[in-house]
Amino acid sequence: MDLGPHAAFISWSYASVLLTIGGLIGWLVFDGRRQMAALRDLEARGVKRRSSVGSGASDDDSLGPGVRK
Amino acid sequence: MQTLTQKLANPTRFMQLSGAVLPWIAVLAAVIIAYALYLVFAVAPPDYQQGQTVKIMYIHVPSAWLALMTYGLVAVSSFGLLVFRHPLADVSAKAAVPIGAAFTFLALFTGSLWGKPMWGTYWVWDARLTSVLILFFLYLGLMALRSSLDDEATAAKLTAVLALVGVALLPIIKFSVNWWNTLHQPSTGMTSTVDPSMRVPLLIMALGFTLMFFAMHLKAMQNEILRRRVKSMRVSDVARRDGLTTASTSAAG
Repeated sequence: MDLGPHAAFISWSYASVLLTIGGLIGWLVFDGRRQMAALRDLEARGVKRRSSVGSGASDDDSLGPGVRK
Repeated sequence: MQTLTQKLANPTRFMQLSGAVLPWIAVLAAVIIAYALYLVFAVAPPDYQQGQTVKIMYIHVPSAWLALMTYGLVAVSSFGLLVFRHPLADVSAKAAVPIGAAFTFLALFTGSLWGKPMWGTYWVWDARLTSVLILFFLYLGLMALRSSLDDEATAAKLTAVLALVGVALLPIIKFSVNWWNTLHQPSTGMTSTVDPSMRVPLLIMALGFTLMFFAMHLKAMQNEILRRRVKSMRVSDVARRDGLTTASTSAAG
């Protein structure tokens, strides 16, 4: 398709969106897999979450500091 | 009886619910964006003045919309943290900031590429462009502030305060084209002044971008919850080991 005399500007615009959004999605997927792998590794070593230690504590404490109910 | 926000306050329940919803939102966003791209490149006509360069509008406007909407979400989440102490509020704010920064960058970059052939320049220091640039720096500032503090609770509160102070920028961005004489065009009133042959693809693209944002935000929130769980487990693991070491030292002594 003919994008006219300003084709380069249009192409660079769409390429920037593709690269930025693609990079963001790739980073999110990679980060998610990395966190899941770390979680599985800790569980395999017998480390338990505080909420599953038997204290009856809520899952909320797994969010760590900065938040509380 | 629990409200929806109270139900979602439990991260485990949030992970289950978001895990079920996320794939559907992501697929729906991809389908809608693909359809919007078909409309943009196969159906929508060139503008009578701008020619094909108007195609930049279909990604510039949704990016700018999401830059502002995301900041609104960050502000609401920050308010939720400071006032209601909602357990997921900080997670939501932290997860949204890099995504908002990315869309603000795209709004600036695509706007610049649109400006060169139409205005004859990549950049002017007019009120709209400058205020969006400040928004981009504000996003970067929120990320820098959070990463500069070791204590997560303090970092969460300080970034929430900064985010709420920054809300003052949103009406300035929105109304800058009305308040001052800018090179950037005035608001088109929710695109109602744009011809339907261009307005429909634009609105569909904006819907696709918005759904894509929510999919990315949910995924980023899931990642943040997992990261905090990992951190919490590592801390308890170290504490457990220290306890064992202390106990064995005491027994040996």
